[in-house]
Amino acid sequence: MNLTKEDKILEVKNLCTSFFTDEGEVKAVDGVDLSIEKGKTLGIVGESGSGKSITSLSILRLLQEPAGRIKEGEVIFKGEDLVKKTKKQMREIRGNNISMIFQEPMTSLNPTLTCGEQIAESIRIHQKLNKKKAWAKAVDMLKLVGIPSPEKRAKQYPFELSGGMRQRVMIAISLACNPELLIADEPTTALDVTIQAQILELIKNLQKELGTSLMIITHDLGVVAEMCDKVAVMYCGKVVEYADVKTIFTNPKHPYTIGLLNSVPKHDEDVEGDLSIIPGSVPNPFHLPEGCRFAPRCPHAKEICLTKLPHLEETFDGDKVRCWIHSEEWEKQGKAVNAHE
Amino acid sequence: MDHQPQIETMAVNPARPENSRALRWKSFYKKLAKNKAALAGAFIILVFALLAIFAPLIAPHNPSTFDLPNKLQPPSSDNWLGTDDKGRDILSRILYGSRISLVVGILSTILGALVGIILGIVSGYYGKWVDTLIMRICDVLLAFPGILLALAIVSVLGASTTNVIIAVAFYAIPTFARIVRGSTLTVKKLEYIDAIKAMGARDTRIIFRHILPNIMSPIIVQSTLYIASAIITASALSFLGMGTKPPTPEWGTMLAQGRSYVAQAPHLTIFPGLVILLVVVGFNLFGDGLRDALDPRSKK
Repeated sequence: MNLTKEDKILEVKNLCTSFFTDEGEVKAVDGVDLSIEKGKTLGIVGESGSGKSITSLSILRLLQEPAGRIKEGEVIFKGEDLVKKTKKQMREIRGNNISMIFQEPMTSLNPTLTCGEQIAESIRIHQKLNKKKAWAKAVDMLKLVGIPSPEKRAKQYPFELSGGMRQRVMIAISLACNPELLIADEPTTALDVTIQAQILELIKNLQKELGTSLMIITHDLGVVAEMCDKVAVMYCGKVVEYADVKTIFTNPKHPYTIGLLNSVPKHDEDVEGDLSIIPGSVPNPFHLPEGCRFAPRCPHAKEICLTKLPHLEETFDGDKVRCWIHSEEWEKQGKAVNAHE
Repeated sequence: MDHQPQIETMAVNPARPENSRALRWKSFYKKLAKNKAALAGAFIILVFALLAIFAPLIAPHNPSTFDLPNKLQPPSSDNWLGTDDKGRDILSRILYGSRISLVVGILSTILGALVGIILGIVSGYYGKWVDTLIMRICDVLLAFPGILLALAIVSVLGASTTNVIIAVAFYAIPTFARIVRGSTLTVKKLEYIDAIKAMGARDTRIIFRHILPNIMSPIIVQSTLYIASAIITASALSFLGMGTKPPTPEWGTMLAQGRSYVAQAPHLTIFPGLVILLVVVGFNLFGDGLRDALDPRSKK
């Protein structure tokens, strides 16, 4: 597949987002490069605090200012840099061109407005429709997201609906203006496993039907396998591996990705011992390691890993990985420094 | 395309009344109705409201007509609560006085609440220097005892019922601003505010449609409770001669006038005093009940 620039709906270049606290600066997102092709799905995987949610909030410029700030980088959406947009221009883009689904369907709907009112409102923010027409469209949207008896549901308040239903309403709201890009921040984390599958299926079907590009933020590798075309694995604010979804599962290259995959319980193997884990924990964001951020936990780490930060380099099969293992320098290095038995 | 959920629909109770808004109010009424004290408070408020509205019909005498031969009479069948130092019927004066007290209490609360709500929301929502500025001004205002601030305002503006309303409303501003700011800070961090921001809503829409309705409970409770203290403050101002001017019947003024006759004719002060007490207790009981009924965490 040869992709030209026009095929990319969103391109994030060297995005750096920091939070400034009393204790100092936290580089939540530190030089992230990503891109999403039209109609495709990008998954961002990583554990809590890896900067995946902050990346999505930075794209929409929804950070809690002044504590959180985009320090540098570009967010190119349809050829225009969102970082340079005014507040008003950003408002016109949000919901209309890029919209977002949040993690917690229980709290992401306003309890004082009915579901229909909330969908109709989102429509009326961007389209000049009268109340009646917006309401009719809201009911249509509820039907589209598979809610039975939509006329009745539209008049109900969020507290009267189950979690899965509410997430469907959220999806209806976010797709109401037919955005080109949908960002889903852990859309199924708060739901039951059975409902998770239904919601993912729904998002997938709607994506196909409406041609929306999708960015899914998750820590669930199952969701990634199910939904994504490309995957970016994040660790401590940096993308450590960026690859096709197949490659991630068949041929992971970064030790962190390998560790993540190994720590997923498998059904088809008789597991006698404990689940494999990644030793250690995420470093303190105020004192990030000097070299590779994963080095202190990496079973392969050598001298160079502790002192020099590797770049995100393209490997032979076109994937990108941030690890010294794949560089020429690796062979010249001595023994591994972390002896994890 | 068909993605009909099967499992989810079961989770939703089928026996649900059509109108959801009615359902919400029903649970609120239920909670309120269980609270005997709140009901008593509501009853007192209702009775006084009716008495105030229909005062001209109910009052047995003209509240302003002097009847000097009959002055300082104790309660009798003709003057149920007795007469004052100018022979005016105390019951009639109290009935007419309830109009002023209730109007002053309610109007000043509404006025103060409106300004306080706007300042509080702006302060909490925008934060930064706006917040600091508004809150420091509120701190300064709150540093004065309420009555002292009201006295100062009335002495600048001049003593009249309108100016009492302004003075009492003024003191309500920082109280409401603080409560509203706190609630705004809580609500603005909630996910649905982020969600509506992500839909491209502008600040005014977020504030009035998404934050304000969600912080109404504390505002309603505070308003009810504030009416009580507004009535007291207004009466106190009149008592001190800085409020409603005689001969207009006002409870505070009546207290002040009866003060000189406490020994010979205690009914001049006892009855207006009791009435003030009763109304204030009524608003306080009702306000407390509202707070319990509107707080989703209180189970009983």
